[in-house]
Amino acid sequence: MRRKRPTASRAVRFLRKSPIHLILLAVCVIWLVPTLGLFVSSLRPRALILNTGWWNAFNPPLRFTIENYMHVILQANMGRSFFNSLMIAIPATVMPILVAAFAAYAFSWMRFPGRDVLFLMIIGLLVVPLQMTLIPILRLLNSLRLTGTFVGIWVAHTAYGLPFAIYLLRNFIGGIPEDLFESAFLDGANHVQIFYRLVLPIAVPAIASLSIFQFMWVWNDLLVALIYLGGTPEVAPMTVTISNLVNSYGGGWEFLTAAAFISMVLPLLVFFSLQRYFIRGILAGSIKG
Amino acid sequence: MILRSTILAVAAVFGVPAGLTLYIFLVEKGVARLRFPVQKRIRPWLWVAPGLAILSVFLLYPVINTLVLSFLNSDSTRFIGPQNYLRIFTDRDMLIVLRNNALWLVFFTLVTVTVGLLIAVLTDKVRYEQAAKALIFLPMAISFVAAGVIWKFMYEFKPKGVPQIGTLNAVLTTLFPSFEPQAWLFNPGINNWALIVVGIWIWTGFAMVILSASIKGVPKEIVEAARMDGAGEFQVFFRITLPIIKPTIMVVTTTLIINVLKIFDIVYVMTNGILDTEVIANRMYKEMFNFMNFGMASALAVLLLVAIVPVMLMNIKRFGQRGEEQ
Repeated sequence: MRRKRPTASRAVRFLRKSPIHLILLAVCVIWLVPTLGLFVSSLRPRALILNTGWWNAFNPPLRFTIENYMHVILQANMGRSFFNSLMIAIPATVMPILVAAFAAYAFSWMRFPGRDVLFLMIIGLLVVPLQMTLIPILRLLNSLRLTGTFVGIWVAHTAYGLPFAIYLLRNFIGGIPEDLFESAFLDGANHVQIFYRLVLPIAVPAIASLSIFQFMWVWNDLLVALIYLGGTPEVAPMTVTISNLVNSYGGGWEFLTAAAFISMVLPLLVFFSLQRYFIRGILAGSIKG
Repeated sequence: MILRSTILAVAAVFGVPAGLTLYIFLVEKGVARLRFPVQKRIRPWLWVAPGLAILSVFLLYPVINTLVLSFLNSDSTRFIGPQNYLRIFTDRDMLIVLRNNALWLVFFTLVTVTVGLLIAVLTDKVRYEQAAKALIFLPMAISFVAAGVIWKFMYEFKPKGVPQIGTLNAVLTTLFPSFEPQAWLFNPGINNWALIVVGIWIWTGFAMVILSASIKGVPKEIVEAARMDGAGEFQVFFRITLPIIKPTIMVVTTTLIINVLKIFDIVYVMTNGILDTEVIANRMYKEMFNFMNFGMASALAVLLLVAIVPVMLMNIKRFGQRGEEQ
């Protein structure tokens, strides 16, 4: 009897919690099914997608195909767009880091008049809607002939990422114990040496969160790319190409589903492999303009 | 073209950090030659200079410029006073845009916070907490564009009698045989709600993760003591947990408000603003590229900024304080 009791009480506890399990089950289904439906559909032949629901895919005879993926990669510009997304996101992630780290270092460990006011202004800029900048920057890039080029969008994303990057790194670098700096100064190190040998290595976790956030932000961005890159297919990232597909194909679900899934592959990989950094970065950066 | 952009990207990835390193190295060399008090005064400004320069050119100047442009005509050649703003608040189409943003603001925020809180509370009580939370947070990882495609497929509509391929219509017609399949995105009575649901689906995970962390911070002793005194789960939640996590709920709410005001991608991909679903950011895009009315587009952007200013001030206060602590 004594041996059975834990199982029995566990069962009772499970039953008492059954409303909770039911609600959570429903919630998980609602969160899983839309994405699952898209994925299953992307692997079905055109005729089946358009005439039967995706849940029929598991009724025999099973008919799956990678034709849709081949088509969007080779003919609907998704291969090129994947490359473009990387070309946009990688430099736009790297470029702001050192700029922000310099500023964050000065804000944390140097005294100068106006320092706090300046920092508060940067926090204010954090939430300025980027819509406020679109027209002047579009005109500026136009006059420099940088619209429709990667260079223009790199610089724009660098600027949009800076307030958050400075804020995040300042909080981290400002938290480094003072003793470390004092002993380094006593050893005769100057600011540049301290920055590269002490501050940067310590700040690696913060820089990792920041980089993941910035990379995902740029990767998933539609608006900035639409405005500064225009519709040119040679430079369009995946978000722009997919939204063009939506408009031109209308009901071409066999291509849309595959295209959308291709754009999700990298974020999903990042999410599952670096979940902790990823969530930390997203939470900290969620108010970015 | 591919080769050229690859070379350019590699140059940017290595060249920009290298250039900045060289810059700061030269700064230190130069500054070291000055007298000590001058050094101390000049050095900080040279360290923040690259950041300040970029922020001034690409954020500060554009904000001021947009404020000015909003009082000019469509091609920014003539001053027209507050006419753009007057039109926003009188034109029928514009009023629908404002109404839609208000719908988003109220219902998206309310439902996202509530559902996020509910899931945070419930997952706290089960063993598969981490798995459930990861699943619900997942939409935050993908683009709004991909989420838009996912849900456009969910909402797909076929006339009655034809097999439904959209999951929502299929489920409803199976459960309730008398249910008329709906064109969710095209029926003006429901299309805004259909779009808001997509936003909620994306952002609930965000609210959940933050609120869940806050719930775990509620001292166990207080909860245990309340239970000993005979408080039920509901009482524990409303009398203890909720008051303690209230500040976090405020943070989540303001963050959601900042983001929902600027909502663009979902509407752009799913309806492109037709059939009375347009919101401010989409209208601004149309004013820029379809109507070439840069004055009106600027006024709409300013409207977004004005709506966010109170939240911005709260932010400065909150983050400023957090900065002081360190």
